[in-house]
Amino acid sequence: MPGPRRIRLPEHTLEIVSDAGEGAQKAAVAFAQLCAKAGNGLWTVEIIPSEIRPPPHTTGSASGNRIRLAERSRVTNAGNRANVVLAFNEMALLSRLEANSLADDVLVLIDDQWATHEMEQYRRSYREVLDRFRSGAAKIIEVPLEKETLRHVEDAQRGKNMFAVGLLCALYSKDPNVLDEVIRGIFKDKTQQVVEVAVKLAAAGHQYGMAHLEECFEIPSSQSEVPKVAMNGNTALALGAISAGFELCSMYPITPATSASHSLSEIFEDFGGFVHQAEDEIAAIGVALGASYAGKTALTITSGPGMALKTEFQGLAVMTETPLVIVDVQRGGPSTGLPTKIEQSDLLHALYGAPGDAPKVVIAPSTVEECYYILSVARKIAEELRMLVIVLSDANLATGQQLFDRPDVSKTPPRPPLDLSPVPLGTLPYDWDPTTGLSQRLIPGQPGGMGVTTSLNHDRDGKACYDSERNERGHAMRSRKLATLQQSLKPPTVHGASEGDLLLVGWGSTRGAVEEAVDMARAEGLAVSSVHIQFLSPLPPGLKNIFRRFRRVTTVELNYSDDWSDPLITEENRRYGQLAWLLRAATLIDVDCFAKVPGRPYMPVEILDEIKRVLDVQPALAAPGPARAANEGVN
Amino acid sequence: MVSMLAEESLLEVCAIETHSLEDYEAEPPRWCKGCGDHGVLAALQRVLRKNNVDPENVVSVSGIGCSSRLPHYLKTYGFHGIHGRALPIATGVRLSRPELPVIVIMGDGDCFSIGGNHWLHAIRYNINAVVLVLDNEVYALTKMQASPTTPDGWKTNTTPRGTYLHPLNPLSAVMGMTNISFVAQTATWLPAHLDETIDKAWDHHGLSFVRILQRCPVFMPKAFGEGGLNFPVVFLEHADGIPIHPLLRKRGAVQAHDHRDINEAQRVAVTVDPAPMGLVYQNPDVPAYEEIRWQRQDRPDHQTFLRRLEAEMDRYTVT
Repeated sequence: MPGPRRIRLPEHTLEIVSDAGEGAQKAAVAFAQLCAKAGNGLWTVEIIPSEIRPPPHTTGSASGNRIRLAERSRVTNAGNRANVVLAFNEMALLSRLEANSLADDVLVLIDDQWATHEMEQYRRSYREVLDRFRSGAAKIIEVPLEKETLRHVEDAQRGKNMFAVGLLCALYSKDPNVLDEVIRGIFKDKTQQVVEVAVKLAAAGHQYGMAHLEECFEIPSSQSEVPKVAMNGNTALALGAISAGFELCSMYPITPATSASHSLSEIFEDFGGFVHQAEDEIAAIGVALGASYAGKTALTITSGPGMALKTEFQGLAVMTETPLVIVDVQRGGPSTGLPTKIEQSDLLHALYGAPGDAPKVVIAPSTVEECYYILSVARKIAEELRMLVIVLSDANLATGQQLFDRPDVSKTPPRPPLDLSPVPLGTLPYDWDPTTGLSQRLIPGQPGGMGVTTSLNHDRDGKACYDSERNERGHAMRSRKLATLQQSLKPPTVHGASEGDLLLVGWGSTRGAVEEAVDMARAEGLAVSSVHIQFLSPLPPGLKNIFRRFRRVTTVELNYSDDWSDPLITEENRRYGQLAWLLRAATLIDVDCFAKVPGRPYMPVEILDEIKRVLDVQPALAAPGPARAANEGVN
Repeated sequence: MVSMLAEESLLEVCAIETHSLEDYEAEPPRWCKGCGDHGVLAALQRVLRKNNVDPENVVSVSGIGCSSRLPHYLKTYGFHGIHGRALPIATGVRLSRPELPVIVIMGDGDCFSIGGNHWLHAIRYNINAVVLVLDNEVYALTKMQASPTTPDGWKTNTTPRGTYLHPLNPLSAVMGMTNISFVAQTATWLPAHLDETIDKAWDHHGLSFVRILQRCPVFMPKAFGEGGLNFPVVFLEHADGIPIHPLLRKRGAVQAHDHRDINEAQRVAVTVDPAPMGLVYQNPDVPAYEEIRWQRQDRPDHQTFLRRLEAEMDRYTVT
């Protein structure tokens, strides 16, 4: 049998979608592992309904994954509109069209059972949806997914996904023996019977593909000396917490943060740690703060609504200078908002959410790999500066799988024992260095260090005081630790040329898409560069100097901003994206923003479109607002 | 010769290990004259001295309110936190440093109202800590608002025409909680009983919940029959309970009570008039949360730690 014709490509993006509970996510995990094992670079995004069992066969029920795989090992974002979509029904397929997630010439693989289904409404909607695709450039392959699966199992709901992954294995010219191995690994906790059925279905799917597909794709892999790991950002946070030496993670369940605590709960006790599930978000940070006060720096992991509840304790950590790390895996807000979807809307809350002046460190990872390393950085800063450190991850990093160099854990330093040495007579609990604001922390058990740690204003001796001089001093000492940290930071590097027409400024997980868009724009001859900010508080030095070399500066962020084209919006009432607010205040430069809340990551092409719109390469979609005109020449 | 040496070394050991009351005294308390908080501080200091506890190895944790200033005046490590949240902080200390005894001091509004969720769950965790609620039946630091335990119909600044609700009964509330292991009630106008109760709570393994009735002389001077003068109590008597000194028998009736019997304890806990004084319930066999967690935790040496971390990395390694 000759098999399908192979087309070699440097990269491809595909989506797998089913009704919730039909296992498209499992299929995607298996396929992603298959690609990772083959050495492909990878970035995945979960497509998750917000309900556990939404009504089936509706667009709201679509569940699955987007997978971007590439020849290069480093993939930094979820890519552009998908080249391939494998859908278990037409409504799941339609949901991806409505999400504007599919390329015009997308290859659609769809279960054909609906064409002849006993229910007229399914037959009709199947025809209608497919007709929409047929009217464009899409190519459709109808696959007897249900029928073929039923040849091997009685209930196709339990197995279609494995047939599908076998089919994808053929479509992408992958080795079916490796798939066999991957599936056995994924189902290792299941019964032998379940494993054998899964393996058989995958093999059947592969055979079907080899026999019936006319064309297939080959995404070669680049060979690497360094071993690679593939995991999502929440798993990376969990492993990072262990290697950073944390011994306590105190949490309360909240999407999309909880899976980090799941990963940690599974193994933390083997590493001398605990995950404490507290009675509420407030207690979760309280327990972490108590542990930190007692000398074992702890962390708490949450998301937006949990951050809101933790604000009073944040103030306490700041006031008492108790080291503490909070991870906020951001989701769509406000309120319950979009629990499973990405947004970057907690930046200003993280910075300014606690009442009173509460200076704290805020940092954000931009890749899954950084999720692993960032907790070591956070802990070090928290302890050395006696500060609250907030780490802003997001739902995209949390659930997206990425391939990266396996961390060298042999360099993990041992946890230092508690220093319970006696405290010399006269030692003060807030022995502030007047230049840096830094002081040595005393911990319970140290003879001679007894005293109260209070939430009231206090002086160097730790005792409550209410006069203005000592109140001013306390504030100044707590604040100047940020300046001290800022002095040790390096100016960020500019991606692209150091001057030009437009500078994009991003933070968090949009980095990959921003840089890819900049690369595309530069390839088209546009004078665009980007800069990525990892430290949001304190901001790194040199931003103003970097910004001044560009005619325009625009942030790219996944949070809300008013649209210039709205007639109600003026220069005076416009609400900007959150990083834009911050940078405008910090630099006095007229920084604009590309800030939207689509509930999914930006695609590089969307950012490229924005670049072109700002630079008037194509006619702008909207008339420029007054500030846009004022933005001309930021010097 | 040998006996002399032994005597000398014994003296030396005693000199090192014996603490005086002053060892537990920090700055002078700034509570109002006649406030019951003074009595609780003194009782705590006496109990710490009696048990000869090294002050650096004790952590006192409080919330916000008049009584929550106590850690300022007790010379141990202390944490004066935020309103209602003393118990989560104490849980964090116990979880991370179970070798440190913890004393939690809260007021009635602090514990029963804003900290209510933590109160109930801390009891279920049964962390090993002495938990004292200094109940004056009013918010005093914020100047006389009704608290959950303010008596029926009493006038406060938020209830100028009298309270609307029956007061919460903290004893019956805790007696309904899973894993309750120690419940006692005492009053600051009964200093000997107060000392004995805190001492018993100190000895208990698990969360010892002690409600201490105390009068606020400024905002609630008439509470508790003007500070116990005209307040009906009944002393709970048992061989293993809180000892009842002969003088106390003049202050109220004495009733035999088996604090090991949960049904009996629940019956006593719902009684408010006369107020039961003494050990309402004790079960020393309820495991403490932090001990459950420590028993199940492995603390590997660094090499094992690294080996296990490598094994975790293996799980995610693809090429």
